[in-house]
Amino acid sequence: MDRPQPRFPEPDTQPFWDATKEHKLTYQVDRDTGDVVFFPRAHNPKNGSRNLEWRESKGEGTIYSYSVVRLNRHPAFAPLGPYAVAYVDLDEGFRILTNIVGVADPTSDITIGQRVKVQWEDQTTGISLPMFTPA
Amino acid sequence: MVSQRRDAAIVGIHEYPKRKAPGVTPLQIKAECAAKALDDAGLKWSDVDGLYDAQDGAGMAGLGLAEYFGLKPNVIDTTAVGGSSYEFHASHAKRDIAAGKCKVALLTYGSTAHSDSRRIGSMGGGMGAGAASPLSNMTDPWGMTLIANYAMVAQRHMYQYGTTSEQLARISVATRAHAMRNPEAVQAMTDLEFVGINEITVQDVLNSRMIADPLHLLECCMVSDGGGAVVIASPEVARDCKKKPVWIIGSGEATKYSENGGDLTVSAAAQSGPRAWAEADVRPDEIDIAMIYDSFTITVMIMLEDLGFCKKGDGGAFVSEQRLRWDSPLKPALNTDGGGLSSNHPGMRGLFLLLEATRQLRGESTSQRADARLAVAHGNGGMLATSHTGGTIILARD
Repeated sequence: MDRPQPRFPEPDTQPFWDATKEHKLTYQVDRDTGDVVFFPRAHNPKNGSRNLEWRESKGEGTIYSYSVVRLNRHPAFAPLGPYAVAYVDLDEGFRILTNIVGVADPTSDITIGQRVKVQWEDQTTGISLPMFTPA
Repeated sequence: MVSQRRDAAIVGIHEYPKRKAPGVTPLQIKAECAAKALDDAGLKWSDVDGLYDAQDGAGMAGLGLAEYFGLKPNVIDTTAVGGSSYEFHASHAKRDIAAGKCKVALLTYGSTAHSDSRRIGSMGGGMGAGAASPLSNMTDPWGMTLIANYAMVAQRHMYQYGTTSEQLARISVATRAHAMRNPEAVQAMTDLEFVGINEITVQDVLNSRMIADPLHLLECCMVSDGGGAVVIASPEVARDCKKKPVWIIGSGEATKYSENGGDLTVSAAAQSGPRAWAEADVRPDEIDIAMIYDSFTITVMIMLEDLGFCKKGDGGAFVSEQRLRWDSPLKPALNTDGGGLSSNHPGMRGLFLLLEATRQLRGESTSQRADARLAVAHGNGGMLATSHTGGTIILARD
């Protein structure tokens, strides 16, 4: 069973998810103030401006916090065994909710402050999920 | 000097006694509790002219509830901000009564979360229900459960301040001690098939299984059925009620959400608390009873700090002193009914915070703090690590 997928039409996040099909991690910037906007929106939540542009992240960042989920009754996650959810602070200044993958044991091999880089997990729906693995 | 303003008072309360109520609907729970809370106040069904509803029954919230109850209120407020909705409602009821818009405000709550087998804490990732939103599209795919959401706050608090699981466990230990003194809480734990219905130790908490690191099973609230009602009245009405009034002397409301570069260890209470303290002219160290939303141990620790009971980051040391118990010489006593951890959590616990705070100030608690005069009820709604609300209510007796 697939994980829950982003659902469309949803115009604020559509460009973000379209870019994932090419394994591009994107975010928005206010052209006038330089404010970083994330999650994606049609306006800058600091000032209401709609003068935003999309940029591509290098996909490198730091774990801000995490938890290892031992119990999820959702059928897509129930068989995974313990897995890590995390907030990652990208170097460009935005924070994304994600999973930490590529570690032998998530209960012992993940720390706050750890450097990570993006790793894509392609979905049957055509989009790809940005996950992160130790850099 | 504690505020002597007397705009509105809690005059009637009722907590639905059962935590497992198959075959009963949320609307039936709401109506039964409303009648009993009005009786507690010495008021009639037809006295109600303000209806406050967190949209937890069937049908169209305020409209559907008014029709089901058979009331034609002058004020309808359907603010729905999760578990703290009832602190928001109490704040709004005080405002509306002070403005002369209504005289007798009725707040009700009913839920059959347990009997419906709703996996509130452990069903992560959304089920594709409801309309897609930017937030759902950016959170659903990663399988974050509600428990993991709060666990990320705990993990960050431990990293920033050296907080330990032993310290967090003390919150579970104190509230379980209170639950064992509350017959309805004991029945709740029995009906929900808790393993070991007894007082617990820090080691018991640490030995319970990990649900989402670093939160253990005994740091997580139950999922019960239940409900309750609160009647809030004007000073003129309160004067003739059966019980002594419990005055609402301060309130604050706030929201907070994940932001780029934000501090996950600070909650909406850091905004709602100061406004409530200022309005009530009360300092945290004067508070006898702290009814703090204990969805998880970390929720309580974060909110004790944000409400100013101790400095940010000092929550671990603060709860380690034996101050949380009902019989401690230190203030405040915490969640003297047993809390969401060990007495009652059908999904939105905020109403019960007002109920137990009122019992304490009336002298009716099963873990009565001697001469309790001032209480705070702080509700938390939504999810602490993503978006949430905080509602602070400060209560006083004459």
